[in-house]
Amino acid sequence: MSHIEIRDVSLVYDTPAGQVPGVQGVSLDMRESEFLCLLGPSGCGKSTLLNIVAGFLTPTSGEIRIGGKAVNGHGTDRGVVFQDFAQLFPWRTALGNVAFGLEMKGIPKEERDEIAFNQLKLVKLEKFVKSYPHHLSGGMQQRVAIARALAYNPSVLLMDEPFAALDAMTRDAMQRLLADVWRETRKTIIYVTHNVAEAVYLADRVIVMTPHPGKVKAEVVIDLPRPRDPLSVEFLDCQKQLLAHLGETHQVS
Amino acid sequence: MTGSSDRVRSIRRATVTILVAALCYEAIARSGYFPAVLVPTIPKIAAALWRSLLDGTMLIHAGFTLYRVLFGFSLAIVFGVPLGIMMARYRPVQNFVLPLASALMPVPSLAWVPIFILWFGLGNTVSILVVFYAATFPILLNTWSGVRSVNPLWLRAAGAMGADENSLFWKVIIPGASPFIITGMRQAFLRAWIAVVGAEMIAASDWGLGWTIFDAKEFLNADVMIAALVVIGCIGFLFERLVFGSLEKATVMRWGMVKAVKS
Amino acid sequence: MRDGVPAISAAGLPAPERWIGRGENARWRVIARTAFPFLVLAAIWEIVARLEVFPRRLFPTLEEVASAFVRLTLSGILPHHAFDTLVRLTAGFAIAAIAGVIIGILMGRFRRAEDIFLPLVSIAAPIPGLAYAPLFLLWFGLGNFPAILLVAFVSAFPVIFNTWTGVKAVKEIWVRSAQAMGADNPKLFRHVILPGALPYILTGLRLGLAQAWRVLVGVEMLAAVPWGLGWMIFGAREFLNTDVMLSGIVVIAMIGLALEKLVFEKLENYTVVRWGMMS
Repeated sequence: MSHIEIRDVSLVYDTPAGQVPGVQGVSLDMRESEFLCLLGPSGCGKSTLLNIVAGFLTPTSGEIRIGGKAVNGHGTDRGVVFQDFAQLFPWRTALGNVAFGLEMKGIPKEERDEIAFNQLKLVKLEKFVKSYPHHLSGGMQQRVAIARALAYNPSVLLMDEPFAALDAMTRDAMQRLLADVWRETRKTIIYVTHNVAEAVYLADRVIVMTPHPGKVKAEVVIDLPRPRDPLSVEFLDCQKQLLAHLGETHQVS
Repeated sequence: MTGSSDRVRSIRRATVTILVAALCYEAIARSGYFPAVLVPTIPKIAAALWRSLLDGTMLIHAGFTLYRVLFGFSLAIVFGVPLGIMMARYRPVQNFVLPLASALMPVPSLAWVPIFILWFGLGNTVSILVVFYAATFPILLNTWSGVRSVNPLWLRAAGAMGADENSLFWKVIIPGASPFIITGMRQAFLRAWIAVVGAEMIAASDWGLGWTIFDAKEFLNADVMIAALVVIGCIGFLFERLVFGSLEKATVMRWGMVKAVKS
Repeated sequence: MRDGVPAISAAGLPAPERWIGRGENARWRVIARTAFPFLVLAAIWEIVARLEVFPRRLFPTLEEVASAFVRLTLSGILPHHAFDTLVRLTAGFAIAAIAGVIIGILMGRFRRAEDIFLPLVSIAAPIPGLAYAPLFLLWFGLGNFPAILLVAFVSAFPVIFNTWTGVKAVKEIWVRSAQAMGADNPKLFRHVILPGALPYILTGLRLGLAQAWRVLVGVEMLAAVPWGLGWMIFGAREFLNTDVMLSGIVVIAMIGLALEKLVFEKLENYTVVRWGMMS
C-alpha cells in the first residue's frame, strides 16, 4: 500500500482578476521511505501542492491520504521545513526549538531534552544546543529546522526549498547532510526545489511540474546508486533529461 | 563601534558640560539679579533634598506617587494586553474597540482630572484612574500590532508541530509579540509618569511628588520644588533604564528580536 | 477556532475578504461598523445617567451635554476657548520645532555641540513636562507666557532627539559620494543631510506636537490663563457644571482627532511612502 496518496487534487485561488487555478488535477502515489522531489519553475504550484499536503491549504477538490487516513488540516504525522530562516522561534534556544513539538505532545522535560539533543546531534549541531537562532548561521538555522521537524517523529517530512537561500557551498554540504539524515531515519520526504542538480542528487523520483495551471508534466525515476557523484556521466544524463522536460515547459508558456 | 576609551571620553565631556552648566547657574543665583527664593543656590537645593530625605517626607511623597503610578499601570497591563490580543485575534472585537480607542486616545489624560474629581472625589482614585487612562492606549495598540505582526511562519510551524490554541497563545503569540508589548509598556510608563505628576498637582491630595512641587509654589519654596524635580527625574530614569532596560535585555535583546541600542 | 491564524498569508496571497464588496455598499458598512461602538457607549451612558447612579448634576444625560455644547458654541464661548488653546499650541510648537531642529542638527554635525547639549538634554528630558510647570509659573508669573514657554520647552525634546538621530543616521557613503561629486558644505547640507535626516525630523515633529497637546491642557489648568479649553474644564468644576466639562472634552477630542488625522497621519504617510525607510 502506498504511504501517501494524492488523488486528483486541484486548488483555485480567488483573486481580483478572477479565479486562478493554482494546482490542477494532480495525482501521485508515494511508497514508504521514498524521497520525492517536486521540480519546476516558480509559479508552477509545487509549493502550493506541498502546502496542501501539509494541511495549510485546503484543496478545492480531490483528496489526500497519508497512511490510509484522509488529510484534514495539519497534524503531527508530518514535519515541515520552510525556506525562510525566520521559521525558528527567536525566543527559544536551538534545543528549545527542537523540543517544541515534544512539549506540545506533553512529553516530560528531561525526556524531550534528551530526544532534542539527539536530533541536534543528527544534524551535527550538538555544540550549539544553547545558542539562540540569531547567533547561528543560515545553514545552521536550517539544520535546527530539520531537527525540529524530525524531533516529534513524524512519518513524513515536507521541505519547501529549505536550502534555496543558502550560498552554493553551504548548500552542497546541506544536501549531503540531508541525504545522510534520510538514510538514517528512512522518512518519506517530499522536497520542493527549482534546482535540477539538487533534485537529481537527492531524489528517488522527480515530478516535473508546469505553470499556468500547475500540473504534473513528467515523472522521472532517478535510479542512481547512493551516495551519488554529481560529476558522473549518469548524473549529468539525468540532469539533461530533466532540463529537456523543463525546456519544453518554457516553450509552451 | 564605540570602544570603551570612547565611552570614558564621552562621560568625561558630559561631566565637564554639567559642571560648567551648574557653575553658570550658581553664578546667576548668587549674582542677586533675581530674588534668592526664586533662584536658590545649589547648596540650598541639595540641603532641601537632604533634609526631606532624612526626615522621610520625600520618601513618603515618592511612595504615594509610586503606589498610584504602579497601581494604574498594572491595571492598564491587565486590561490592555488581553484586550489587544483579542483585538488582533477576533475581528468583531477589533471593529468594536478600535473606533473607541482612536476617538479617546487623542484626549490628554489630564483633561479628565476635573471630571474624575467630581465623580470620585479627591484622593488616590483620581490619580490611579488617570494613570490607567494614560497607560492603557499605548499598551493596547502596541499589543494589537504586535500580535498582528507575529510571523505567520511561526504559527504554521507551531501548528505543524501539534500546538493547540492554548500553547499557540502562550508559547508563540505572546513571545512573538513581546518586542511590541515591551515597547508599549515603555511608552505607557512614560505617559503614566507624566499623568501622575499632573494629576497630583491638579487633584491636590496632601501627598505625592506632584503635589509637593505644586504646594511648594504657594510658599515660594523653589529649593523644595527643584529637589522634588530631581527625585521625579531620578525615579523616571531608573524605571526607564533599570526596569524596562533589563526586561528588554533579558528577553527580546537576548533573542535577537531587537538590536541593542548603540551606546 | 483558528480564525486568527492567517492560513495563506505566508504564501503572499491576497486575503479573500479584501476583495469582497467594494464600492458604495461597503462604505456604508464601514460607517455603520465605526458608529456602532459609539452608539453602544452612548446607550450605556444614557442608562447610567437616567438611573441616577451618580447625582444627575455630576452625570448629565447626553441631551443635557448636547444642549450645553450647542449653547456654548452659539454664544461663542466654546470657540473662543478652543481658539486660544490652538494659538498656544501653535506658538509653543513652532518655537519648539525651530529651536529643536536647529539644536538637533548642530548636535548631529558638530562634536562640540553634541558634547554641550547631549548631557543637558538627557538630564532634562526624563522629567515629565508638567512637573516644570510650577517652576515656570514661579519664574515667569501666571498667564500666557509661561504656558507657551512650557509647551515649547517640553515638545522640543523629541524634536531634538530625533533630528540628532536622523543627522547621525545619514550614511557616510552619501556624504562621501556627494563630496566626490563636488558638493560644498552648504550644498551638502541642503541636498544630502537635510533630505537624509528628514524622515527622522518629521517623526520628531510628530512626537513633539503630540507631547505639546498633552501638556497644554494640563498647563492651562495650572497657569490660570483667562481662556483655554483646559481652564474651561477646570473652572467649570467649581460650579459642578459637568455638562460644560464634557462639552470641553468633546472639543478636545475633536481637535486631537483632527491633529491625528490631518497632521500625524499625513506626516507618517509622507515619510513612509516617499522614502520607504522608516517602519
